[in-house]
Parts: sequence; C-alpha cells; structure tokens
Amino acid sequence: MSGTTLRISDALIRRIQAHGVETYPYECCGALLGRDNETSREVVELVPLANRRDDSPRNRFEVTPGDVQMAEKKAREMKVDVIGWYHSHPNAPARPSEFDREHAWPWYSYVIVSVEASEPRDTKSWRLRDDRSAYDAEVIESIAQSASI
Amino acid sequence: MAVKVIIPTPLRPYAGKQESVEMEAGNVREALKGLTTRFGELKKHLYSDDGRLRSFVNVYVNDEDIRYLEKEETQLRDGDIVSIVPSIAGGTGK
Repeated sequence: MSGTTLRISDALIRRIQAHGVETYPYECCGALLGRDNETSREVVELVPLANRRDDSPRNRFEVTPGDVQMAEKKAREMKVDVIGWYHSHPNAPARPSEFDREHAWPWYSYVIVSVEASEPRDTKSWRLRDDRSAYDAEVIESIAQSASI
Repeated sequence: MAVKVIIPTPLRPYAGKQESVEMEAGNVREALKGLTTRFGELKKHLYSDDGRLRSFVNVYVNDEDIRYLEKEETQLRDGDIVSIVPSIAGGTGK
C-alpha cells in the first residue's frame, strides 16, 4: 500500500493539531471523512471524538464501535466515507507505535500529530501494509480548501 | 440459515469490494468462517495468530453485540444481519 497520497487542506491539518493541543497531555482522536480512489484520497471534513480510554489517555486512545458508527452516519449524510482516523502522540514522534500497529485496520489513513510542551510538531499520515507487518508513510498533499462536496 | 454479513469499509478491498455477502450459517462462528473461506485475505485482519477474534473487531447480530449474547456461538436465524464493526485504538503505548 505504498505510494498513496492523502490530500487535505492546511485548515483541517490545523484543526487536528489544535485538537491535539487542546487535549494535551492526553491523546486526542477523531475521524477523517472524505473520498477515496485507488491512488489518492481527499479529506473533506473531520469528526473530533472523545478519547474513550479513561484509564490511560496519556498514551492510548480508543474510538468505540458506537462512535465509529456515528462517524459513518455523518459521512453517509455528506455522501462521503470514513477514510481514516487521526490521533495525537503527546511527547512522542508522529510515527506509529507497535501498539498502533497491533490495533490497526488496513485501508484507513492514520494521521498522527506529535505534540510537545503543548505545541504541535510533525503531522504525518500512515497506512498499514496488507500483511500487517508495518506501516508505510503516506504523502500529505496540501490543498487549498476541502469544500469540493 | 440464510444470513447477510455486512463488511466494514476497510475490509471491502479484501472481499471483492462488496459491502455485504449472503451465506448459509448456523451461528456467528460459521458465518465468519464462511467469510474467511471465501475471502482468505480477511482472516489475518479479523483473527490474531492464536485464532481469536481481534479485540478491535466487533460483531453484531442485528443490533446486538455478540459479547452480550453467546459470542461466536450465537445462533443465527433466517434473515439475520451479521455486522462487523470496527473500533479504533492505538497510541504511543509508552
């Protein structure tokens, strides 16, 4: 699944980063709504969600099946799909951890924002390989706006 | 029993891009086995190496989570809808 591109506006990237700053030092999470074709995908909206890992929100996040279904319903209303998820890594790099890999689904884009000392750092996107062995980095392509609905 | 299995978006590329599959199954275990027999690539995403359903794979019969029924032994009736619903988890893990 290498060589894919995630197209997203700077405004949406800033919203993801702001969510990570807002919840710092805890992890934030949310859904990426948009369109997919075989080689690129475009994010048109975000659905910020509550981190349900009340027991360990500094280093874990969880989106419940109910929240997944809610995000999917919103996507259907907008005639798009849930194409991925974002979360923050407080005081850690914006690359997937082994824990991320063990819990990942294929196909989805996983955007991770690193937040250190309440400041957003790197923001990167990843996709799990088909054989689940590792992630591949996905190119983030900045687009002017995401209002192409 | 003739049932319909709803496949979540991230797994559709491994299931002929289908949103759902109809099959004969007496319980949830048989339905999932039928699915992974038909689409072998699904197995590693649904099951861990020890053969258990992955923790972030949730299965509903109609609107009931099978964890609150008889888990994979939950009996199916004609017309039942078996839905595979993701939960999403991760984090730095540190």
